Amino acid sequence: MPFSDSHFDAMTKIIARYPRSRSAIMPLLHYVQSIDGYVTQEGIEIIAQKLQLETAEVNAVATFYTQYKRKPVGQYHVGVCTNTLCAIMGGDAIYQSLLEHLEIENDGVTADGKVSVEHIECNAACDYAPVVMANWEFYDNQTPESAKNLVDAMRQGNPPAPTRGPNRLVSWKEASAVLAGFNDGLAGEGVQAGEPTLLGLKIAQGKAGENR
Amino acid sequence: MSIQEVNRTGTSELEPAVEMVTLTIDGFEVTVPKGTLVIRAAERLGIQIPRFCDHPLLDPVGACRQCLVEIEVNGRKFPKPQASCTIPVEPGMVVNTQLTSTVADKAQQGVMELLLINHPLDCPVCDKGGECPLQNQAMSNGRGESRYEGKKRTFEKPINISAQVLLDRERCILCARCTRFSDQIAGDPFITLNERGALQQVGIYEKEPFESYFSGNTVQICPVGALTGASYRFRARPFDLVSTPSACEHCASGCDMRSDVRRGKTLRRLAGDDPSVNEEWNCDKGRWAFKYAHQDRITAPMIRDESGELREASWPEALAVAAEGLSVNRSAVLTGGRVTVEDAYGYAKFARIALRTNNIDFRARFNSEEEREFLATLATTTVKYSDIDQADQVVLLAFEPEEESPIIFLRILKQVRKRSLKVVSVAPFTSRGNSKLGAEVIKNVGNEPSEIASLALTSKSVVLVGERLAEIAGALSSAKALVEKTGAKMAWIPRRAGERGALEAGAIGNLLPGARPVKDPAARVDLQTAWSVESIPSEPGLGTDQILEALHKGDIEALLVGGVDPFDISRDAIEGLKKAFVVSLEIRNSAMTEIADVVLPVAAVVEKSGSFTDWQGSRRSFDAAVSDSLQRSDLRVLSMLAEEMQRPIHLPTVAAASKEIAALGTWDGNPATFAPSASIASKVPSENQALLTSWRNLLDEGTLQSGEPNLAATAKKAECVISADRAERLGVKDGDLIRISNEIGSMTLPARIGDIDFRAIWIPRNSKGSRPLLELGTCTHSLVTVVKA
Amino acid sequence: MSALTPVLSAFWDQKDSFTIAGYKRNGGYKAVEEALSMEPDAIIQMVKDSGLRGRGGAGFPTGMKWGFIPQGDNKDHYLVVNADESEPGTCKDTPLLLANPHVLIEGVIIASYAIRANHAFIYIRGEVTHVIRRVQQAIEDAYKDGLLGKNIRGKGFDLELVLHVGAGAYICGEETALLDSLEGFRGQPRLRPPFPAIAGLYARPTVVNNVESIASVPSIIEKGAEWFASMGTEKSKGYTLYSLSGHVKNPGQFEAPLGITLRELIEMAGGIRAGHRLKFWTPGGSSTPMFTDAHLDTPLDYEGVAAAGSMLGTKALQIFDETTCVVRAVLRWTEFYKHESCGKCTPCREGTWWLVQALKNLENGEGKPEDLDKLLDLCDNIMGRSFCALADGAASPIISSLQYFRDEYLEHLRNGGCPFDPAASTIFEGVGVR
Repeated sequence: MPFSDSHFDAMTKIIARYPRSRSAIMPLLHYVQSIDGYVTQEGIEIIAQKLQLETAEVNAVATFYTQYKRKPVGQYHVGVCTNTLCAIMGGDAIYQSLLEHLEIENDGVTADGKVSVEHIECNAACDYAPVVMANWEFYDNQTPESAKNLVDAMRQGNPPAPTRGPNRLVSWKEASAVLAGFNDGLAGEGVQAGEPTLLGLKIAQGKAGENR
Repeated sequence: MSIQEVNRTGTSELEPAVEMVTLTIDGFEVTVPKGTLVIRAAERLGIQIPRFCDHPLLDPVGACRQCLVEIEVNGRKFPKPQASCTIPVEPGMVVNTQLTSTVADKAQQGVMELLLINHPLDCPVCDKGGECPLQNQAMSNGRGESRYEGKKRTFEKPINISAQVLLDRERCILCARCTRFSDQIAGDPFITLNERGALQQVGIYEKEPFESYFSGNTVQICPVGALTGASYRFRARPFDLVSTPSACEHCASGCDMRSDVRRGKTLRRLAGDDPSVNEEWNCDKGRWAFKYAHQDRITAPMIRDESGELREASWPEALAVAAEGLSVNRSAVLTGGRVTVEDAYGYAKFARIALRTNNIDFRARFNSEEEREFLATLATTTVKYSDIDQADQVVLLAFEPEEESPIIFLRILKQVRKRSLKVVSVAPFTSRGNSKLGAEVIKNVGNEPSEIASLALTSKSVVLVGERLAEIAGALSSAKALVEKTGAKMAWIPRRAGERGALEAGAIGNLLPGARPVKDPAARVDLQTAWSVESIPSEPGLGTDQILEALHKGDIEALLVGGVDPFDISRDAIEGLKKAFVVSLEIRNSAMTEIADVVLPVAAVVEKSGSFTDWQGSRRSFDAAVSDSLQRSDLRVLSMLAEEMQRPIHLPTVAAASKEIAALGTWDGNPATFAPSASIASKVPSENQALLTSWRNLLDEGTLQSGEPNLAATAKKAECVISADRAERLGVKDGDLIRISNEIGSMTLPARIGDIDFRAIWIPRNSKGSRPLLELGTCTHSLVTVVKA
Repeated sequence: MSALTPVLSAFWDQKDSFTIAGYKRNGGYKAVEEALSMEPDAIIQMVKDSGLRGRGGAGFPTGMKWGFIPQGDNKDHYLVVNADESEPGTCKDTPLLLANPHVLIEGVIIASYAIRANHAFIYIRGEVTHVIRRVQQAIEDAYKDGLLGKNIRGKGFDLELVLHVGAGAYICGEETALLDSLEGFRGQPRLRPPFPAIAGLYARPTVVNNVESIASVPSIIEKGAEWFASMGTEKSKGYTLYSLSGHVKNPGQFEAPLGITLRELIEMAGGIRAGHRLKFWTPGGSSTPMFTDAHLDTPLDYEGVAAAGSMLGTKALQIFDETTCVVRAVLRWTEFYKHESCGKCTPCREGTWWLVQALKNLENGEGKPEDLDKLLDLCDNIMGRSFCALADGAASPIISSLQYFRDEYLEHLRNGGCPFDPAASTIFEGVGVR
């Protein structure tokens, strides 16, 4: 997508957050993904120009981080945690069943462009294992069946809300804008915590509630 | 045992005393300056710790981990072996290298094994084989056999990261020397480490090749065969090459070089190591532009016969014809700026003795009387690279260091990076080089003399005057007045390697050898005595332009030329030359061969010994790299010619000339006088006019760059820099074609919008598609018409 | 009796715990008022006195870290919060920020004031969209409330706080890699010295602290150093979040004084899942050498875990029962380290590449018993040879698993393959997979 003046204004705002402009390179890359869906050459060239860097320097940063995609992903990008704990608790089975179900390979996108799948590393939700992320929103305590239902719903355009997230699943590009630091106003939605998060508190409250 | 490190810098009285630190390495005490890295302190003791990423001129990175040693400070041992390339020495530090520590030895062997698991065993076909730090250190600090049985990482075999540099990622050990060099030394971060972890690799952004003027250095410092030069690839084995220290013949930076020759042919050239000049770097022109000496050579003397055709002749015949033609009353010598000191001295002496004239000039380019007088006063100045290191600011006057003297550029950039050295440049726009230097650019085309006069300098400032400043009337006078007022140091930077030496050798009409003013009777007496001649012409000779004018008028009948391209001087210089009897000393066929009456072949730089004097006034001598060449130096030919004329100059060898030059020494009498010239009011361009400005890009159509298409392919494409408001007026954007014209001709170039003075435009002076001197008969500070093409 | 001490988690059960209103209702932002009336050095002293140690894994005393910042140097100072929670098994900061980002912001204001920083950053990992929303919103609300920006609470203290979102690189949890990443470079660790306290972000004095460390500060200001120090053990003071995951009946977060044991925690989690028994566990994420059921009573404080041969790390207690193949578990962690190695140092970049292949062979039952010794020697050549601790973390599970389960590795070789059924380890085991 060609970048417009409003995009350039947004980029200028991102750069203005930082004492030194080069720091803006990561949010700018997220921002490019929110426009183009992935890190396009045009995006790299614009960032280089805005930050007065060589394109090679921007490219070097873009290729270091896993979340920056070099090719388009689906409207819903699904990450199945296959780090040890989730893998053992069922992540491996979920991951395999998704690839078979969608008939794609790792990092592949379904033909309709709706869903892509990758295996991801630990996403800091181990007490909700096995965990599946979609556009980096939490889908907790998954099974192969629930995951298949999830991607089927995505392909039909009505994915269920994340377990711990807003009331609807935003698109990959919308999520990328959030990662670029643009508030989409959805922070108030969703639960404040899931059950495992509250487990210790609940146990403590059963006995004593006088702390703080 | 203890080794005391003496302060080796000769100029130490200017610097504060260096604090010294004593430590123990492998049981030996060593005292080194504070801040020294352990790996280098060990070198002082002759202890070689294996290493790859370490490079003394790059910031430490500690990436390869090959140099692990055990370190103890204040009786406390680091729990892990430490990378000796990143740890500065401390008093009382105890270091145990692989020689005395089994832990360090095992750590090093372990790292070496890991480095090799993904390294291909293609040493037999690798250019680096035989001079490869990985190969060598694997033998000295590795295990005989790998225990790795898995799959090696593979990549597509070499990819071109520019037309002249190839990258083999399989061989790369990710030491980051090349990327650090490009970023830290050259300021061109066009190659970077990309990807992550085991997939990490050096690379370019796919649309932006590694077109840095200094890219060849990465090939030289690559500790494996990952980066190779296209022109040397698969050409030779290092052990088949004969290496000779040499001096670069391209610009006045003065680089130390090494020429590697096999069977009479130069196969590659490398940067030499001279900390006071080029450190360990050079530019790509110096490294790769040497094939001109292989091409289109003149191998035998030639004379023009009655029909006007050149024919080969024997040396005696050619010398006889030349001697007769030169034995006239009014003659002159043009040498060009590429002569060695000894050859220049030969021409200077030949002019005075054989031709009995002071009509000699090395300035085969723009020249003025103001400049000649300015140069006479500057011929013995010695501003050094070290003055840049200590300057409070560096002022660049009509001088683009990255294009015109790249090692000066690197030195300034180093100081900019190290201590934010202030750089001020009087130039039409901010070039890429000036932008990297963070230079404040004073853009006032046509009014440079007054801008120069108002610069605020101190006695610690260094003013670098480019050869092009002479093109602006009054500007040299203004610069001279400025330094006299402020006490700043001033140096003159010619573009060619031989000009400073030629100036000192007296290859100019107002100076005799040793920078002796012609007008000074005592100076002439010096030479009369040294040369055992009765007289030396007492009036200053003609300058280049005057010689050409005299040729045109028929006032000069004969001309001796050595390595001059008439089209460097002016569009119609050749016309005057046609009228006289011309003897040309040349290595290759050229425009001069076309019109010369006698052509005498001479040796190229690699085929002879000699020396070049760099911009600092320092001389670098070199021996013939091609030792068995049959070609004769200019000096030898001049000596033969003078004998033929029965006015011998007695310079049969370079050594003889060198001895004579040394015996003459430098003039210590009254300095040459300088009469300031007035500046000329700037021409005012009308709406569709502009003041033309230009300089030569480092890589262009220069004849010494011919025969190396890989290098040429990395040259900047010719563009015309225009201001944003002019672009708007013309209705053009970047890349649109514009036509530049005057009464002589016109040129069409793509536009590039830059921060140029609104009155001016800029084009490259000698690039493909942009040769203004030929097309427009002018190259700077004259009015041209600019329209959309 | 409960050994639990909910402080950070005390109000997480309230639906609006993440809002500024909810936080204030429960006494939030009182500590900041108090702190801004104190001398900055007094705050540093208080944090020193509390005995608070870094909760990100290394356990360095927080107050001492703050004390390293040179004062009166006329340079900008920076506070950077490390919210790049990525160590496998670690899942404490993420739920904390989802449930209550304001406690972090309050800690940031106090810490910045103490170290005289007028600019702070929260470097959060990029793979948690909703957490990022919550923190972003909280920052905006704090600005609106005058808690950030110019002249905070009229006390003449200015603070800008920027949320910086990472993009998927475990190594950025290493503080100097984090700083390079924040400056817009590839997240590769920097040479030290200089340490961040002298030349950190933009080469200025910088404190980098973990989320939980900073979030603990308001409670110290409010309730006092003595209160904080009264919890925990002799050298490991205070309360902390323990994250229990894996084969327990009820995984989750437990806020308890340092020194609690896994036996106590598992009991609260309802025990190992029914019909199974504990096989191995990590005390503080995958980089910390694993423990077995022999370590159930090891006090989970910095000293106790170290004495038993591991590290407290992030207190990420990943529990695996006897259905789990330790070789498979270790292989997967090793693949993680290979994927996350930044690529700078040879031993880590090439070593993890080799380790993965070696472990794959073993998991597939290929090789000979001597390969285990080669594997250990390889670990020895990797451990402590690189610049940062990532490769050490890669070697830890291998070395410790070989220490406790060497025979299981050999069983793979004897069996010609993995003797375990992966389906038996899943939580939906018995439910029927595929």
